[in-house]
This record gives sequence, structure tokens and C-alpha cells, in this order.
Amino acid sequence: MADTRPIRVLVAKPGLDGHDRGAKVIARALRDAGMEVIYTGIRQTPEMIVEAAIQEDVDAILMSILSGAHMALFPKVMELLKKEGVDDILVAAGGILPDEDIPAIKEMGIKGCFGPGTSTDEIIEFVRNNIQADRLKTEV
Amino acid sequence: MENIVERLLSGDRRALARMVTLIENEVPAARRYLAELHRYAGKAHIVGVTGAPGAGKSTLVTHLVRELRRRDAKVGVIAIDPTSPFTGGAILGDRIRMMELSGDPKVFIRSMASRGNLGGLAASTRDVVRALDAAGYDPIIIETVGTGQAEVEVMRTAQTVLVTSAPGMGDDVQAIKAGILEIADIFAVTKADKPGADQTVAELAMLLSLDPMRRLHDKSQPYWRIPVLKTAAIKDQGITQVVDAIKEHHDYLVKSGMLAHRAQRQVRSEVQALILNSVVNALKARTTEDEWQKLVDDITTRERDPYSVASELQERIGLRQDP
Repeated sequence: MADTRPIRVLVAKPGLDGHDRGAKVIARALRDAGMEVIYTGIRQTPEMIVEAAIQEDVDAILMSILSGAHMALFPKVMELLKKEGVDDILVAAGGILPDEDIPAIKEMGIKGCFGPGTSTDEIIEFVRNNIQADRLKTEV
Repeated sequence: MENIVERLLSGDRRALARMVTLIENEVPAARRYLAELHRYAGKAHIVGVTGAPGAGKSTLVTHLVRELRRRDAKVGVIAIDPTSPFTGGAILGDRIRMMELSGDPKVFIRSMASRGNLGGLAASTRDVVRALDAAGYDPIIIETVGTGQAEVEVMRTAQTVLVTSAPGMGDDVQAIKAGILEIADIFAVTKADKPGADQTVAELAMLLSLDPMRRLHDKSQPYWRIPVLKTAAIKDQGITQVVDAIKEHHDYLVKSGMLAHRAQRQVRSEVQALILNSVVNALKARTTEDEWQKLVDDITTRERDPYSVASELQERIGLRQDP
């Protein structure tokens, strides 16, 4: 194998809204950019997301949320990651995230926030540039 | 990272998850770790689940795991989806149906991309099985990519092969074709609540009745009569029967000596594959892309022939010529 491997990304929809077209578009775009995308579908609890991220050993978690429950669900995800001692996974979010919430979301450790109209290229670049470099090394 | 092997053996699932990543990416250290893990593996029953895309493999696996959990097993699942031949990317979607299992510490699910391997598995699936096995998961269920007729690699890795077949996917001529239908130890006709399920069962039963071994087998020896079972996962029907059949098949393999026989055959092919892999890597290390291009050009223009080129490269990596 070369010194790089495919980037692994978990795409998840936390909470109860059932609209996952955006998440599917992102998943497909990341696939087309050569990434391995673990797509978990809708109605995920924070526990499910964190457990899947650990078992799949992903480099990044992208959460899409349209319901407005982000300020309840995102802190839970970040808390659980911390509890599990996971500090090397990039977390980003997309969907309907009001501007006034974004500072607080970033404060939680969620590195990127992407609203409607974001180009898929921007998200691909963001993932490539922000995942932790040493996770991609093939030597421990 | 120093004692990733110890952490894995003590049940740390993050260590196991990272180990799978190292194995999957053929990190040099992984071979050393696997050598250590080998001693602890060999206890798990390895079950392959295969069938056409959309036949209901993930759904069936989810329900099998649920039933196995009721019986207090610690279950590993490796779910393989195809890698795009164009971009190298993949959508691994088997977890969608398995999410209800997430959060159970005695279930470990890992999605793998096939990464160009064509037999229905990823190239490193067997080594990932070894890691899960050493970590104490038993059984380990391998869900192949959606298969057509020729992806039979799972039979070389799994001890019990479950072939899923959904109603309405082909007539009885499909059933007598060689390939995937020949490797089944158990048939599950999925979506049995849909019309046509009984016909599919009848067609498969017809296929099985043509097996000459049914009559010719040595009556004093254990004989495995391949069952055709109907399942309707959403109604939770037929699942316990499939889990029972998996267990019975394992008992049969042990009693008949087939388990040991298959294990021996697998070890042989595994050592051969490792050597082959080393040869390919040695070759890569001692050649440049430019040189390859030149050789390929020379062969395609008929300046040179592939045989003498191969002999020359073989010598370079210290492989002696065939006598």
C-alpha cells in the first residue's frame, strides 16, 4: 500500500428529522472524492454515532441536522467522544444551523459548520485539510 | 500504541478498531501483530452471508445478531461493500440496517470497502476475522458485497456459508448454474412474506435433490443435508431456525472432521498468498515506474516478450529460474 490510504468518514443524521437528501449528496460527493463513507442513515442517537465512529475507526464525523435540535444533540456527541477518550476524530456539522449558534457549536469542538448552498468541493477540501495527519500514517 | 495487541486481547474495542485499520491498510507492523494474534484466534465460528444485491443480507444479519445476542453470544460482523473502480471511494451502507445493534458492547460491526478485490470480500478480510476472533467474538459473520454468480471467495474464509435468495429473482435455470448456489451450506429464502417465496423454496429444493451425493454418500459418515429456510425478518419469522441451522452445521463440521480439513486447506493457501504478496512487494521496491513503462512498451511493440522480462525481474529479487 502507498503511504496514504482512503480517508474514512462517518455521515450521520442525529435526531428525529427524516430528511436525508443533503446527507446523501455529501456522502456521494465524498465517495467520488475517493473517500470511504460509512453512511448510517437517519434517526441516530449520539450514542449510536459515537459507537459507530469508534468501531469503524473513522477520521471524521459529519453530522447533518435540520430539526433544530443541534444544541441538544451536538454537545452530547462531543461529551461521549470525550468520555471514550477519542480526541483524534474531526467533527463537522451541516444543515440548518442559525448563525447565532455557530460560535457555540465551534466552542464544543466542532470544527466546521456548513449551511445550505455550501459546495461539495468546499466540504471535501475541509475534510482533507482538517483530519488529523498522523491518523493517515500507515506506521504506528 | 505499544501494547495494542494486549489492549485488543483485554477487550478494548478501540484497540480492535485501530488494529482493523492497520490490517486493512497493510501497515508493516500489522503482520507482526497478526503473528501474535494467531495464537489466540481459531475459536470463532466464521459464518459467511452472501447473495445478490438487495436480497436482504444486511437485514438478515441484523436479525441473526439479535437472536445470537439472546443466546448470549459475543458477535462480530464484517460487512463489505464495493469500492468504486473509478475513484477508489465507497459508500458503506450496511450499518443503516444494523444501527439498532450499535451501543451493545458485545456486538462489534466493521464496514470494509472491497478496495478492488473481486471475489466478494476485501483482500484483508481473513486477517480482520483473525483480529475479531482473538478479541473473543464468536461467531463472526461476514457479509459479502452483493454477489452475482461467481463471487465465491467467502467459502475460503467462512466455515459456514449462508446464501440468501429473495423471491422473484430468477427461474429454475438460475438455480442449476454453477457458482454461488453451489457454495451454500444453508439457503435462506428472504422476504418470505412476499409472493413467490414458496416457488423459490421449491426451485432450490429441486436443485438440491439433484445432488448425487444425496444418495451416494457413505451412510456411516455424517452427511450435511443443505436446508432451505424461509425468513421474513420484519416479521421476525424463521430467524431462530437459521441460527439453529448455523449451529447444527458447525456441529456437523466438527463431527465429520471437515472443520479441521478446511482449516488445513486454508492455511496452505494463506501461506502461499503471503509469499506471493512479499514477492510483489519486493518487486515494487526494486523497480521504478519508468522502468515498468519501458518494459511494457517493449513488450507491446514486440521488441521483447513477457517471459524473458519476467525471468529477468525474478532474478533481480533473488528468485531462481524454474528448472
